[in-house]
Amino acid sequence: MSMFGQVFVKDNKYKLKGDFHHLTPCTPIRDADSGFKLLGVTNPRDMTYMHSYGGEAVFFESLSKGKLLATRCDQFECESKGSVYIPFRIHCPDCLAKNTVIDLTDVARKTARVHTFMVCERSGAFNMLDTPIKFINIEFDGVATILMSYLSIGEPDMQMRVVPIFRTSGPTFTILDLSWVPEGTREDQLPEGFSF
Amino acid sequence: MITFSKQQLKIPQLQKPVYLVSAGQSKFDRAFPDKRTEELCIESFVMAAELLNMSPADLKRYIHSCYYGHFADHFGDQLLGESVIHDRLGLDPLGNVGVKTGGATGGSTLWEGVKAVASGYSDCVLVMGWERMDEVPTDEGNFLISCAADKDWESPLGHIYTGYYAVMAQRYWQIFGKSEESFRKTLAEISVKHHGYARFNPFAQAPMKITVDDVLKSPVVAYPLRALDCCLMSVGAACAILCDEKTAVALTSNSKNKPLRIFVSAGSHTLRPADRRDMDIPLLPNEKADQYRDLGDRFPGGDRYPGFTGFLAARMAAYYGYGMTGITDPTDDLDVIELHDAFTISDVQTYEDVGIRPYGYGRDYVESGDCYHTNPHTGKPGKLPSNLSGGLIGCMHSVGATGIMQTFEVACHLWNRWEEMHGEEKLWKKFNREKPKDWTNLQVKGAKRGMAISHAGVGSHVTATILMDPDHLIRKDA
Ligand SMILES: [Zn+2]
Repeated sequence: MSMFGQVFVKDNKYKLKGDFHHLTPCTPIRDADSGFKLLGVTNPRDMTYMHSYGGEAVFFESLSKGKLLATRCDQFECESKGSVYIPFRIHCPDCLAKNTVIDLTDVARKTARVHTFMVCERSGAFNMLDTPIKFINIEFDGVATILMSYLSIGEPDMQMRVVPIFRTSGPTFTILDLSWVPEGTREDQLPEGFSF
Repeated sequence: MITFSKQQLKIPQLQKPVYLVSAGQSKFDRAFPDKRTEELCIESFVMAAELLNMSPADLKRYIHSCYYGHFADHFGDQLLGESVIHDRLGLDPLGNVGVKTGGATGGSTLWEGVKAVASGYSDCVLVMGWERMDEVPTDEGNFLISCAADKDWESPLGHIYTGYYAVMAQRYWQIFGKSEESFRKTLAEISVKHHGYARFNPFAQAPMKITVDDVLKSPVVAYPLRALDCCLMSVGAACAILCDEKTAVALTSNSKNKPLRIFVSAGSHTLRPADRRDMDIPLLPNEKADQYRDLGDRFPGGDRYPGFTGFLAARMAAYYGYGMTGITDPTDDLDVIELHDAFTISDVQTYEDVGIRPYGYGRDYVESGDCYHTNPHTGKPGKLPSNLSGGLIGCMHSVGATGIMQTFEVACHLWNRWEEMHGEEKLWKKFNREKPKDWTNLQVKGAKRGMAISHAGVGSHVTATILMDPDHLIRKDA
């Protein structure tokens, strides 16, 4: 019986448990129009990676606690001093100093608006979201950037007011733990696992 | 508001003139179950040699270093694929390097090749690009493409790159297109034009005789974009031979190819559209500082630049390229152009980024008829015909080869060899494609200058490749 690959870190080393790859045999590809002569083979491969979030780990951990973090450059001499970034930037793109982590949850609740959106019928392999996916790009008061995410309830529209929701129960610790709903949505309407 | 320094805005200067003397390409198709990538690369190289009336072995003797554009290693499941091709072309022990900048890979590879010659490192170089996108099914292919987005902040959202791109199209559609039915029709006309021109190109993968209605009835991919608004997924290879003046004279002594001056410039912008910060619009030579002051009044919501509606990378590639060559107005100064029509709407956005029309008015380039080989309203030659190859929508988007295919197309016009390169029966037969009865010669008469725009993803990299007949330079000291 195989087991998903799992990892923890001890003494700054990765400790592994379970299977990080699965074996599937290659099979021939033959030409049905030409006497089934050999053209090639299939190459199956299924592998698990270990990925470090580094300085962004705090952002992904916080989503599971119902918090939306951003960062801000507080360097007095920087031309972009005071700029707020979400997506989270560990370092200021101008002076490269380490940014200050700030809590943007309240700003998001009060000012988030849809800058643009797209309803996408298709998805790629390994997609975990329901289709159609309602992509939204969100602008906030006082923030230099425009965050991409997805709307869980309702139909998106430009300048629509939205509020963040967080997968606090059974979090995936990925960007999928953050989603949005129209302002005024009730708690009992939220998708399973999500809360305001 | 971010700003750029004087040093960053310096106009690039090549140390010596660089020439394009030949180019070649393979057949382009959705899949080649019976061909290895190297077979397609060799096909394109042999063609480049043939256009010089040389044997491939003789041409190889001139080459000093090689630049290979191949974007997606994971599609072909082969790291150092460049090394495989280099060996199969028999070009050891020459130095070679792989270049990858998403959809702009072909253009970036030309950029590297030009710099190698301009610096004096090499007298003659091979620039070759290819892509293999047929070794995984479509869903898995979409996943692999989405890996070019940010893996933590974007890709997990559906693993569908079209979605990340289409949000920008939506914004342009609503702000600058004002969601007008007439604009939707203009977009459809671009698809009709590109699939239509592809009918006269034996290399092209998607020749189609279609109507605006067919485009508007094709399945929605991401509203307002439909299947026929989107570029192709392709397999194929293309190459170019670049060299200094002395070598150019030697290589073309027995050929109809006139050496063409080649200039390539490049720009970039954030991988994630999310990270785009506000700035003033960098101006091109045919624009004035005050012309965009009321853009937000004319197009409510359109005052944020580049926001999600402009491509800064394309604007900067044009800024550097026009500065290098002395172009003031692309419509007046150029005779033919190949644009990166990943989607019909991004084609329109690019008209504005490269200054064919001011921001907000891209659609007029199509509606005026200027972008056609023959203006449908006047019956006269279009002012600046675009994508006569069929572009990415009608001809191909074999990523690493695309920017080189576009350059090959522009060169055919400047060499006055378009008819021969697209009309010869033996080409149609070789590719097992039927030459249409109404095949039309799209040679742009008297073409002396052209440009090709190569563009990556949501605008992370863009290059401008400018070709000029050396007797028709604008800046004599270029
Ligand atoms: Zn800073």
